Amino acid sequence: MTEQTTAPSKDLGLSNDALHEMYYYLRLTRSLEERLVSLFRQTKVIGGVYRSLGQEGESVASAYALDFADGDIVSPLIRNMGSMLVAGAKPVEIFRQYMAKGNGPSRGRDLNIHFQDLERGFIGPISPLGEMIPVMAGIVLARRMQKRNSVGMVYIGDGGSSTGAFAEGVNFAAVQKLPLIIVLEDNGYAYSTPTSKQTAARTLADKAMAYGCYGDTIDGNDPIAVYGAARRAVDRARRGEGVTLLEVKTFRMKGHAEHDNQAYVPLEIIEEWRKKDPVEKFERDVVEAGVMTADDFAATQKRVKQELDEASDIAEQSPMPNPEEAQYGVYHDDGFWDRPATGEVAK
Amino acid sequence: MTEFPAPGRGGETTYLEAIRQAMFEEMESDPRVFLIGEDVGAYGGAFKTSAGLIDKFGAERVIDTPISEIAIVGAAAGAALAGMRPIAEMQFIDFISCAYDQITNFVAKSRYRGNGGVPMVIRGPSGGGVRGGPFHSGNPEAYFFNTPGLKIVAPSTAYDAKGLLKAAIRDEDPVIYIEHKFLYRRIKEDLPSDDFIVPIGKAAIRREGKDLTIITFGAMTYVALEAAADLEAAGVSTEVIDMRSIKPFDEQTMLDSVAKTNRVIILYEAPFTGGVGAEFAARIAEKAFEYLDAPIRRVAALDTPVPYSPPLEDFYLPNKQKVLAAARELLAY
Repeated sequence: MTEQTTAPSKDLGLSNDALHEMYYYLRLTRSLEERLVSLFRQTKVIGGVYRSLGQEGESVASAYALDFADGDIVSPLIRNMGSMLVAGAKPVEIFRQYMAKGNGPSRGRDLNIHFQDLERGFIGPISPLGEMIPVMAGIVLARRMQKRNSVGMVYIGDGGSSTGAFAEGVNFAAVQKLPLIIVLEDNGYAYSTPTSKQTAARTLADKAMAYGCYGDTIDGNDPIAVYGAARRAVDRARRGEGVTLLEVKTFRMKGHAEHDNQAYVPLEIIEEWRKKDPVEKFERDVVEAGVMTADDFAATQKRVKQELDEASDIAEQSPMPNPEEAQYGVYHDDGFWDRPATGEVAK
Repeated sequence: MTEFPAPGRGGETTYLEAIRQAMFEEMESDPRVFLIGEDVGAYGGAFKTSAGLIDKFGAERVIDTPISEIAIVGAAAGAALAGMRPIAEMQFIDFISCAYDQITNFVAKSRYRGNGGVPMVIRGPSGGGVRGGPFHSGNPEAYFFNTPGLKIVAPSTAYDAKGLLKAAIRDEDPVIYIEHKFLYRRIKEDLPSDDFIVPIGKAAIRREGKDLTIITFGAMTYVALEAAADLEAAGVSTEVIDMRSIKPFDEQTMLDSVAKTNRVIILYEAPFTGGVGAEFAARIAEKAFEYLDAPIRRVAALDTPVPYSPPLEDFYLPNKQKVLAAARELLAY
């Protein structure tokens, strides 16, 4: 993923291939979410849709600094679908999951991006915030015991950083000097509550001082800058220098979910952040560096559209789960997860 | 720091030593097994259940943590997903409530959500009778009983303490292992030197009888046996069933006994209302109603926190007299 297959651009610190790929993931994330909104409006998505509009840059760019082929793991929150796509989650899985299909990753038991594949290198969140930080600490702790030098990256927002699980997880990981990066997203609001009502800290990264780990703050709407900061944190973690709290300053451009018109956010703030769109920022940077052109952008968007058309068609045609399946798969003994999913054949 | 010798293998063994032997042997035979908790390493555990383990297995597999039950359980859960077999210790089982969200929302639901199994053990000392007060005497099984995805065991003998802990460590699903601190050093028995497990989900009939059944588990097993001895002297033949596993529980052994004796007392140390014994009673009412010659009786603790002062705690806890009073009522019904 981070291998430099072409000459690195002097300005941007990433190979041209890598920049093309990052752009693909940025567009894939934004377009996939737009598609989910349209499926939601057609009532084909059963639950809510939680947009990451304006935050795709930091999600994609931070995860892009990991080496998934070598066992690194990312644990996104609901607004970090981009990081999960970078780790190898497939749009068809995400569509099936949102549409509650029987052959989705959770076979209709859970929603959103709440699914995992540790082989590919991602583990989706649970809804109570902060809990994934100790879990990710445990995953990299296990990898260390197994003599694998895997790095973990886990996302938490301004709201989630107020939880006890956050405090215990960061503290434990720091004491153990685990190779864990906590991406602290300050996106302005946790549902309707502004960051100023979450914490009296000057910045979220200030919390690093108390835990004795590294802290860094970066413009979350500048994907290339986020990549650079994440890369430094990953390198430190891999060298055994422990935990980094990497704060990304960004903004949630939509409400908490599709039902929320975020009337509580002053319009001028939204206007101000609209000018800082991370995808447009990336486009300007790669054009300026002479790496990509408008034609490249159009080609990427065409590819993304085709892939999403295909994936959403497959997902729409996928069966709903058989109702009686609801009783199985709580414990290992009934063998539910070894049997093929609804509509799938035995391997 | 005192050097602790490695535990023996079987022989005359206390309940506490049985737990230490089980962890030691499982860590020796399976490199995936590790222990994580507060003061479990250099200090050997608040009750010395892990004494000497760090000398044998090192600080990497006997991990002293900050006072952070969420982190202990969460890190164990993550490690379990990543292929390890963690044992997470709660210094007192009362503090398991600090990790309630991690256990009920992450650990318990993981397999059902397609997120993968979380094979781990959460263990810690429970129970009253040791003047521990409101925060060091709890019996938390009912908090977790209504949570699909978890298993719960509560051994009463040294044999079961060892065999159930080994079974729990080898289980593919998360197991809450509730060890009764009153029993730690008060009971001992001769254990085999060979490896053995006690299967999760199987009750033990501790005493056979034909007039009355007492269904119980944990330290209350001894209260039931004392009551049964008194009843015997009065000419009443009492069957004592030690459930051993609470979730899943051995419904068949329970129903078979009720079908034989037609009278049943359910005895548990936790508060009366909403205790796991209420579910046992409901099952018997649903499935063995026609066999009953008298109402189902429950004997449990008061519906209060566990009080500290000896006269208060003694009044609070179920005891032989309370069981005998219930037995007399049932026999006269």
